[in-house]
Amino acid sequence: MGLTVSEKIIARASGRASVVPGEIVWCAVDLAMVHDSSGPRRLGPLLERLGAEIWDPSKVIIVTDHFTPANDQTEVEIARVTRDFARDRGILRYHEAEGICHIVPLERGYVRPGMLFVGADSHSTTAGVMGAFAVPIGVTEMLGVFVTGEIWLKVPETTRIEWSGRLRDGCMAKDMVLKVLGAIGDDGATYQALEYGGEGVYALPFDERIVLTNMAIEHGAKAGIIPPDEVTFDLLGGAGRDAAVYPDADARYLRLIRERADLLVPLIAWPGAPDNVAPASAAKGERIDQGYIGACTGAKYTDLEAVARVLRGRTLASGVRLLVAPASKDVMRRAAESDVLSTILAAGATLLPTGCGACAGLGHGVLGPGERCISSTNRNYPGRMGHLEAQVFLASPITVAASAVTGVVTDPRELL
Amino acid sequence: MSLRGRALVFGDDVSTDQISPGKYLKLTEAEAGLHAMEGIDPTFSSRVRQGDLLVGGRNFGTGSSREYAASSLRIAGIAAVIAPFFARIFFRNAINQGLAVLECPEAGRIREGDELDVDVVAGEVRDLTQGFTLAATRLPPHILALVEAGGIVPWLERRLAAERAPQGPPAGEARGPASGEQQGLAAERVP
Repeated sequence: MGLTVSEKIIARASGRASVVPGEIVWCAVDLAMVHDSSGPRRLGPLLERLGAEIWDPSKVIIVTDHFTPANDQTEVEIARVTRDFARDRGILRYHEAEGICHIVPLERGYVRPGMLFVGADSHSTTAGVMGAFAVPIGVTEMLGVFVTGEIWLKVPETTRIEWSGRLRDGCMAKDMVLKVLGAIGDDGATYQALEYGGEGVYALPFDERIVLTNMAIEHGAKAGIIPPDEVTFDLLGGAGRDAAVYPDADARYLRLIRERADLLVPLIAWPGAPDNVAPASAAKGERIDQGYIGACTGAKYTDLEAVARVLRGRTLASGVRLLVAPASKDVMRRAAESDVLSTILAAGATLLPTGCGACAGLGHGVLGPGERCISSTNRNYPGRMGHLEAQVFLASPITVAASAVTGVVTDPRELL
Repeated sequence: MSLRGRALVFGDDVSTDQISPGKYLKLTEAEAGLHAMEGIDPTFSSRVRQGDLLVGGRNFGTGSSREYAASSLRIAGIAAVIAPFFARIFFRNAINQGLAVLECPEAGRIREGDELDVDVVAGEVRDLTQGFTLAATRLPPHILALVEAGGIVPWLERRLAAERAPQGPPAGEARGPASGEQQGLAAERVP
């Protein structure tokens, strides 16, 4: 019987010809990522307690993105511990304030097709956009990886999501994710791998594909994976082709979900959970105080481009603030070199440093009681972006921008 | 491994943002433990008692990979978490922290304050107050070993000590627990 992409990568990493869902296997890890919150501040003391060394420092990535730039002395100290750990333990792939931990490894070309990747952050599913099997884990689990280079995994069932047709103007990859989330719920793929395919996926630019695998975790999935194509290989300068993994024609899927990109409309998630999904038009007129363009999900270069397109020649609604925290320094530089950044600023938006920021309830732009925000981020559980009684709508960057212009939740097609 | 205690009951989709709010991420593990469940029940830390058993609804622990969600509950005194099913990162984090987690499809029958007796090895939850027994998924032996060791850190300590011992690791322990396949565990549920 044929294998899915996830099964093939797990089989290779565990030294087997084949695996079946439900099997528990020990896998060799190709790449391990931690950030300043989940990383050295916790792992350093534990490694010392064990008297252990990192199995292979060349396979470790450390990104400082949660507590930078520092807001207080605690954050200063966390950044210092992280920096010292990288230096003392010979980790060269160390990036401070250069961008978010799910974006930087993609920009640097660290993640390659066919890899088994683990990351100590739930959105580590993002790396699956390169055709890697990328699993989010906790920090103590990462300690085991750091010491042994291995992790035990239960081979997941795979659900395949096929998107036919192409998105129409006004829709983005975020709407594709919300569509499936609304259909299967935020626990609809718990313990499973998601494998994406179809014209609707491969017609997306790479930046947009990131949204699909980034939010695989929002369905409860263990991994989200897009088998690579020419777009992927181009990004890697032609590399990665030899290790690329594709599903067998007779691969067995737990479930096949078929959706049509050409019929999609702009969507939002009502406050409370990412699967409270409705058309943006159904929430028309809901008042907002803040728009937030940020996070690994929603502040990549094409996101800022889409925002600029809506904001060009317009200004923010009175009393509404729009905060923009680019996903990386590289994104910020590109936006500054084109007219994207100047357009966004001309409309009245506020530029924030790159980093996780208010998406994780940190940094600038957290919300107060009763405040309402529409956000291009990935999660809106109560308290996520600050106060427990703040309300967060999730939407695509273009829908966030349109809503910031009108001051109420707005279907972006009204402004295109 | 038997645990007896009082049930504290919560609903579906309790997220890590509620179990351990993001604003406490920069605190130490012990400090963050004082704020367990604050995002859903600000009175939790004042009413929780050592050995209490937390009963959640579906998809308990959904959201981020922050391990403080699991460690905060352990530090608060929670002996085990029982839910129909868990978000998978929380499930693994709990095991790695030495916090027992039981997947119990009928956990919704348990009421606030019920006295429970939980057999982690047998996969049984006895509700002594209401007088019924619920089946829970049994953890495979190598996962149970992690829980019984008190988490992955004490487990790794043992393993490294065995490897460093002059006589070498004991037979069968050289690479940690045997794989699930070797133990015939393929049908057991582990995320």
